[in-house]
Amino acid sequence: MLEAILQGVLLGGYYAVLAAGLSLMFGVVRFINLAHGDMAVLGAMLALWLVQVMGLNVPMAIALTLPAMGAIGWLLQRLIFERALRGGFLIPILTTIGLAATLQNGMFAAFGSDTKSLGAHIGSLSWASWHLPGDIFLGKLPVYMFLTALVVLGGLHLILTRTGFGRAVRATASDPEAAALCGIDARRVHRGAAAIAVALAGLAGIFLALRAQVTPFSGPMMLIFAFEAVVIGGIGSLRGTLIGGIALGLAQAMGGMISPQFSILAGHCLFLAILALRMTEAAASERGGWRNTLTAVLFNRSQIKGRLS
Amino acid sequence: MTALELHDIHGRYGLLHAVKGISLTLPTGTVLAVIGANGAGKTTLMRMLAGLHPTAAGSVSLFGQDVTLLPAHARLRAGLALCPEGRRLFADLTVRENLQIGAENGCGGDWTLATVIDALPQIAPLLDRPAGGLSGGQRQAVAIGRSLIANPRVLLLDEVSLGLSPAAVEGVYQSLERLRGHMTLVIVEQDLTRAMSFAERLICLSEGVMELDGTPQNLTRGQITDAYFGIHKVEGADA
Amino acid sequence: MSRAAIADKIMPMPKGDKLIVLAAGLLLLGLGALPFLAPALIVDKMIMLFILIIFAVMWNLLAGYAGLISVGQQAFVGLGGYAMVRMVDAGLPPFPAIFVAALVTGALAFVLSLFVLRMKAGEFAIATWVIAEVIRAIVSFDPIVQGETGTSVVALNAYAPEMRRMTIYLLALVSMAGAVWGTWALLKGRTGAEAQAIRDDEDAAASVGISTFRVKQRIYILASVGCALAGTLWLASSITFQPRTGFGIQWSIFMLFMVLVGGIGTFIGPILGALLFFALQEIFGDFGAWYLAGLGLVAILFALYLPRGIVGLWLDRGYNEPLSMRRRLKLPRG
Repeated sequence: MLEAILQGVLLGGYYAVLAAGLSLMFGVVRFINLAHGDMAVLGAMLALWLVQVMGLNVPMAIALTLPAMGAIGWLLQRLIFERALRGGFLIPILTTIGLAATLQNGMFAAFGSDTKSLGAHIGSLSWASWHLPGDIFLGKLPVYMFLTALVVLGGLHLILTRTGFGRAVRATASDPEAAALCGIDARRVHRGAAAIAVALAGLAGIFLALRAQVTPFSGPMMLIFAFEAVVIGGIGSLRGTLIGGIALGLAQAMGGMISPQFSILAGHCLFLAILALRMTEAAASERGGWRNTLTAVLFNRSQIKGRLS
Repeated sequence: MTALELHDIHGRYGLLHAVKGISLTLPTGTVLAVIGANGAGKTTLMRMLAGLHPTAAGSVSLFGQDVTLLPAHARLRAGLALCPEGRRLFADLTVRENLQIGAENGCGGDWTLATVIDALPQIAPLLDRPAGGLSGGQRQAVAIGRSLIANPRVLLLDEVSLGLSPAAVEGVYQSLERLRGHMTLVIVEQDLTRAMSFAERLICLSEGVMELDGTPQNLTRGQITDAYFGIHKVEGADA
Repeated sequence: MSRAAIADKIMPMPKGDKLIVLAAGLLLLGLGALPFLAPALIVDKMIMLFILIIFAVMWNLLAGYAGLISVGQQAFVGLGGYAMVRMVDAGLPPFPAIFVAALVTGALAFVLSLFVLRMKAGEFAIATWVIAEVIRAIVSFDPIVQGETGTSVVALNAYAPEMRRMTIYLLALVSMAGAVWGTWALLKGRTGAEAQAIRDDEDAAASVGISTFRVKQRIYILASVGCALAGTLWLASSITFQPRTGFGIQWSIFMLFMVLVGGIGTFIGPILGALLFFALQEIFGDFGAWYLAGLGLVAILFALYLPRGIVGLWLDRGYNEPLSMRRRLKLPRG
């Protein structure tokens, strides 16, 4: 039980990194990137290619992959997303679904469908663990990945709060017009945010390749997990994303204790439950709080009183 | 020298032709008040000048440079700032961060955090508070500060006193008084008396057309109210 | 003003549209005779085409007219298939089961609609997808489905292959014609006008007394029944039911592709999109993954440069939209 909780929390770090990019794009650029999961897979494939074909070691490959992913994010924003954003809500969704299909099948055609993993290239780290009191085995790799996630999210937090670029990002997210009136070029901010978001996705993809396997078609499921973490934690704050990631990881670990098939299902159910809760909460506050809503529903009373108070 | 020159500019707001051909030349250092009833096109005009709203026809130039096609952020760097209607502070950020953003992305110059606080002393105790929690007058002061710290040469202020208490309006105008002579000021003001006492020049818009252009001294109240309500056209009293 | 008086002010159907409808009617009659003449392979392909048209028309109803961008329609494709498997297992003959299963799925869509239709656009898209995943997981727990292995509707093997093929073909043809005609009737009626009002400005529609929830709900349930019907037809022709294929996201992506390329929010666009998609699949399908990657690329290009699809090309030339669902009013005289 305790072991499952620990594993769930550690898994949460990975989900938080995966979700942070999605959340950043949504919060700052107001853009839903449905190819976010496939970006993660692309990052993993790039790192795998550097290791397996170019013969680099894993840290080197990671160090090269992340900036490359950032550049890809910048270019995507510049060439595709900027144009898609002009088309309202529908066009970004259609565009990124097309992008997802292109990436998945392009990677399938280029790299084949077999599952790939970086696990074989990091020696004993992939199975080494600490033996804690209470007969708990704690994998070293998950711990290192969780710490990396904390450092990365913490670093991102510092960038957002302490640098001019970060202030510009937050200003643009809060009021794009007022930001423009302060001399901020929203397009540059958006490109920067997209670069960070895609680099974060790439890191998450590498995490997945380290702890498990990736296939060219892992993207959609990663996208779902990222969305679940974002919605559970609440959009727009890094701390919320971390909490959402950990909650998702915990739900999956708990579900996994019942049966392996329940693991992912438990995460889905938590997500849907939170959505339902938020929705009823919003509906209730519109009617003047829970008590008024209940009265209204039970006794079919007029809701005007609740609205006025 | 000419600070701002508008040549027959037109603006549309959806299907509405909100600004219908306004031409205006503002020498450097002018203090201009724009008055007009609700829906006269004042805010659309301000937004067009700041680059937030597309100019459908005509041209705008700033110190001789044609800025008609420049987006808002580039116009700020060319020296024109708008302090918008509703202040539009970044609510989640602190007052200090709001000002930093203005300074970091502006033109650079004499206005710094220190000089802005000199000019707007009411800001000093608020620096580390989130901008979302301030009163109307405090927000207006911070918004003016955020525009000033970008060191514009032309400052547009939309709806300066809207929603403020009389005491707060007084405070804001005292601050604005200190800017006279340092930059070209354009204020949109609903309060006629205030506009006439503060400005050196007055224009009145009605249904997107400039009905009146003159100095407060040369215009009678009757002329102004007629123009304000669009009763009949008045030949420019002293253009 | 009475309803008749309003109807009097609406322009009658243009001549071109009448010709299209007439041609479509004749084409349907011709298609009815096809299985008696054409080889089995062609008949099978035509069944697939009819299924694709149903998918496209249904997704267009959702996204193009009600503004509901769903990436979770596979929930109903899979559920329809699963319901059919269950019903046939319980002893219902397979051909009636095709329709009964679709209707039962509609009942579930009603329950789901109470939840998903209260969501904002982005949440709706993702939540519908997650719900499809949840339903897939639950369905895989049913022992009859045997997890990911899937199951077959063996009762269909009781029929001679020729007879089976022909029956499914005719059922698919009737279903497709029914889906197209049903959509037509719905959009020409009050619901269509209300839905278009909501799509264009939800608040304004609500302020003139349209119950936006009811209208969306009606369309959502109808589109779900349509997708379930396409799913049961597909199951009938392929016989094997696997949760991963039945509930696969690819169904929604195909729907989206056909509607986008044809012209979203137009009546004829999705049908053209389905024809084009079918043709592309026939010509390039052998290229496998590269073909699918190419489809993705085509989708991006259409979304960015031709967001109104093939019908948009027509409209850009200044022609009126064929079979438009928009009402044109007669100008008052004098």
